Amino acid sequence: MKRFLTFKWILTLILIAITGYLYSRDGVITTSVVATALIFGLPLALAAMVGIMCERTGIVNIGIEGTLLFSSFIGFFVASTTNNGVFGIFSAILAGVVTGLFLAFMSISWKMDQIIAGTIINILATGLTSFLYKQGHTAPTTSPIDIPFFSNIPFFGQVLFMNGPLVYFGLVVIFALYVALYHTSWGLRSRAVGEHPGSADTAGVSVFRLRYLNVALAGAVGGLAGAYLSLELVGSWDRGFTAGKGFTALALMIFGRWNPMGALAAAMFFGLAQAITNQLMFADVAHIPEQFVNMLPYVLTIVVLAISAGKVRPPAAEGQQYEKEQA
Amino acid sequence: MLLQGAHPMDAYGSLFSHGFGSWAGFAKTLGKATPLMLSGLAVTIGLRSGLFNIGVQGQLVSGALAAGWAGYAIHGLPIYIHLPIALLFGIAFGALVGWIAGALKAYRGIHEVITTIMINSIVLALVDYLAGHNFQEPGQTLARTSAVLPSATIPKIFGLPSGFFFAVLLSWGVWWIFQRTTSGFRLDTVGRNKNAAWYAGISVKRSVLIAMGVGGAIAGLGGAIETLGVIGRFEPTFNTGLGFDGITIALLGRANPLGVIPGAILIGGIRGASASMQFDAGVAPEIVDLILALILFCVTAPFLSKWLRSTEVGAKITSGWSN
Amino acid sequence: MSALLEITNVTKTFPGVVANENISISVSAGEIVALLGENGAGKSTLVKSVFGMVRPDSGEIRIKGELISPGDTSGAIARGVGMVHQHFQLVPVMTVTENIILGDEPKRGIFLNMKAARAEVLALSEKYGLEVDPDAFVEDLAVGTQQRIEILKALRKDVDLLILDEPTAVLTPQETDELLQVMRNLAASGVGVLFITHKLREVMAVADRVVVLRNGRVAGSTSPKETDEEGLAQLMVGRNVVLQVEKGDAKPEAATLVIRELHVNDDRKHLAVSGLNLEVRAGEIVGVAGVEGNGQRELVEAICGMRPRISGEVLVSGEATPDMHPHKVHSMGVSHIPEDREKHGLVSSYSIEDNLVLNQFDREPFAKSWIRNIGALEDNATRLVEEFDIRTPSIKTTASALSGGNKQKVVVARELSQDTRVVVAAQPTRGVDVGSIEFIHNQLIAARDAGAAVLLVSAELDEILSLADRVAVMFGGKIVAILDAKEAERGLVGRLMAGLSA
Repeated sequence: MKRFLTFKWILTLILIAITGYLYSRDGVITTSVVATALIFGLPLALAAMVGIMCERTGIVNIGIEGTLLFSSFIGFFVASTTNNGVFGIFSAILAGVVTGLFLAFMSISWKMDQIIAGTIINILATGLTSFLYKQGHTAPTTSPIDIPFFSNIPFFGQVLFMNGPLVYFGLVVIFALYVALYHTSWGLRSRAVGEHPGSADTAGVSVFRLRYLNVALAGAVGGLAGAYLSLELVGSWDRGFTAGKGFTALALMIFGRWNPMGALAAAMFFGLAQAITNQLMFADVAHIPEQFVNMLPYVLTIVVLAISAGKVRPPAAEGQQYEKEQA
Repeated sequence: MLLQGAHPMDAYGSLFSHGFGSWAGFAKTLGKATPLMLSGLAVTIGLRSGLFNIGVQGQLVSGALAAGWAGYAIHGLPIYIHLPIALLFGIAFGALVGWIAGALKAYRGIHEVITTIMINSIVLALVDYLAGHNFQEPGQTLARTSAVLPSATIPKIFGLPSGFFFAVLLSWGVWWIFQRTTSGFRLDTVGRNKNAAWYAGISVKRSVLIAMGVGGAIAGLGGAIETLGVIGRFEPTFNTGLGFDGITIALLGRANPLGVIPGAILIGGIRGASASMQFDAGVAPEIVDLILALILFCVTAPFLSKWLRSTEVGAKITSGWSN
Repeated sequence: MSALLEITNVTKTFPGVVANENISISVSAGEIVALLGENGAGKSTLVKSVFGMVRPDSGEIRIKGELISPGDTSGAIARGVGMVHQHFQLVPVMTVTENIILGDEPKRGIFLNMKAARAEVLALSEKYGLEVDPDAFVEDLAVGTQQRIEILKALRKDVDLLILDEPTAVLTPQETDELLQVMRNLAASGVGVLFITHKLREVMAVADRVVVLRNGRVAGSTSPKETDEEGLAQLMVGRNVVLQVEKGDAKPEAATLVIRELHVNDDRKHLAVSGLNLEVRAGEIVGVAGVEGNGQRELVEAICGMRPRISGEVLVSGEATPDMHPHKVHSMGVSHIPEDREKHGLVSSYSIEDNLVLNQFDREPFAKSWIRNIGALEDNATRLVEEFDIRTPSIKTTASALSGGNKQKVVVARELSQDTRVVVAAQPTRGVDVGSIEFIHNQLIAARDAGAAVLLVSAELDEILSLADRVAVMFGGKIVAILDAKEAERGLVGRLMAGLSA
């Protein structure tokens, strides 16, 4: 543990040093790359939070992709029909909750295999959205809010304080989740349920209720990620447009050891990789075929897992049904 | 469908008459059913061995490209040599892609669900690139290869695609292997209880590699048959969703290799008729995705499927991400 | 005075088993009631009903006169019921403090107040004289300490009724005595104690009243003043107890199983077996006696190639057995009846015939090259079901459909029907009905008489004393004494198990 901590700090210092050096060479490009890393990394981080919230209570959620797809679609659809972005965002969150409850229903109440349940969500979301989708619609999108004073700080101003509202909201959610997981009784109970449901049950905590609650809340976070994708980051919607982010998020969750801060860092690393590739292409420094650029996050995901798997310890009760009564 | 203002009975009638009503429609259904059956079979082998192989899509597509390349790039061979070689290309590349996910699971402990999905995306991007660059048909702007030579084209029997009969035979063969051979028993035991399997001297790692490799080979064969027998060349867009239909078919068939035969014919019929449904009843073809998702939901939902839960799917798929 | 706990006519059935049938029991304040019975008599199910972890089919449970609703654990806790569970309900990766406060956490605003929590744990620990380190992670603690945490967790909210479900199974005799003292102190302060055990000595030492359960029914109610251990044992089993198994004298020959200087770690990477030496001769049963957690499990697993050995060797007929290759060890003639039959011994979704060949499915006559011989499988299964008295509708029935005793008979049949030189039996009768116990004991003796070296590891001292020709006492990862059956007197073995010198 100690060794890991120092490793983390050394890595952070190296990153800060490199960024500082690049910033001194070309402030404008460095700032824009880091800012892009944040907005690319955020949906991955939020999606990883969905996984963390579910798995910390022992529910494996591979339906995150479906949640993102469905909620981003509903958000866009509602925003476009009502011509109201706020309605869109709330509908997306609601849609996320619906997928969460559906997963909870299948895996907790029906005791279905959780991976099959998640797959059903993914396939249903793909089928439903591509069936309902009509081309050529537009929707109002959010616009960046500059935070007074802070946005004038060089570098940090543009990276952190000149973003769309959902970026701020998303970051707040992630930090709040981190604090809640380790410093509130909800977090303590959730972690206990994910490790050893019997211990919570015998202490009077309802495993059933807490799992439902967390999977539904996780759905809301997934809905937020969906809203961010279609109404803030991209501003449109197309079939299959989440492009595997929900699965990448699972890898980030594992790499981040089921810790919100770890997953956030991993997501930012992914965002950075994409931002740098984009910059290289934009600057025409390198001729990388589009397909290889698209491949990058998937290859990174496998590499990241190959590094971290086997060394991490997932919540012990993950994927298991909790049977209260045993003979 | 009512939402779209179409009459449901028109749509279903159209579905049935086009899928199963005429000889040509029937042939088309069987043609559609062939790769579906093989991808269902690949998923089934995984399920029986305790693996959820969502990577059938990528395995199938890489097999299709490999077979398509061998089908146009190798010249001057008679059909009885060229065709088997082209099929073997498909099998080998499908197996390779499956084996990679198996190796990542066996040696690095990464859950196959994530790796296969990632590999799917990588393979799709890669074949798209190859079909648009290195292997592109000369003078073509679309991403597609040259047409497969007649010496590598799968002949039809009475107007029916002969790949279909081969797929049925293969399904039976896989069933027999699970039923009657020690190799099948090994995979099956690993799928049901890894601890007991290890205790009984069965190598779990080897089983994972075999199940993913053989599954990939069968999926690759499916892609090869589609390319060499139906489409006649490789196009990256030919088969979106075949792999996911394979999951539905495998679960519909209760992870029994024989069960994939009727499942594949049913879903092949629905898929084959979807275009006509749009024409006759004015229903968007995407409704088929929705129907299939609902079928999958129903076969796995407990109120409809006590029979599913109490059957051969003894395997528990969900386990920790790194074991 | 009305009773603190009143159980009236409680019935609970699980698929295929009646766990409790019309049970009525009461416990008053300040009273220690022992609930005595064999494994599977329905003791745990009954107390779990009181604690809301099991919903009874019918009957009433009242605490201080108030009816409690079935399946309501938090309701039971709120009414002053605390329970110490047989299987520890602790989160291994959390600290002692976190485990103890779980469910009712001290807060400051919306946040956890860990400072207050820690202070509370220390105060609690002081109050009851149960020493714990509030900041230690549970997974790093010994079982005895974990037990203390369980008790503190149960006592945290001023309990009126404390339920203890087989709390002494993992304790040394001294720890057991300490626990009995804690129970007496609690009773003296007015707490009602309901205490589950199958150890007669403890009942005689501490209980005010004894309720004996047998096959899910109350077989009798008495007090230590009115009866003795013999009488309690009769109530438990329902007949005159013949703890002495019929067997002839052993005719041991050369040592078949030889263990030299064996060192093995447990799951937490602590040394569990430290330099163990033991020989088992052909034609004898050596029983390993010891309090659970003294390295017995690790010893068995290391012998059978299921757990890595750090150093030392295990020889079978002079040949070294390989490490971490259970199947190769097995094919050297080592039969193993594993402690956890569901995990290692059986594939529960397989038929009985497949389970009966699980570790020899690829050998003649069950397979020729890679084709399985279904006829041979069926013949084998038909023969063994008959021979080992496995009660099953058919050889095609899945193992999951069998009772615990019959599942164990499937494992025993498979292991003992093969040509075997060494038999390693770990807790072979745990969770098995009385009839099957007798049968399994006779099979082990038959294996001995056929010339096998039998190593029997059991937490039941009675089982060891009645079966073994020699008793090896294990303490702290070593064999501390080897006694001949004739000199292995209960008190002596007990003292040795506690690590005291004879």
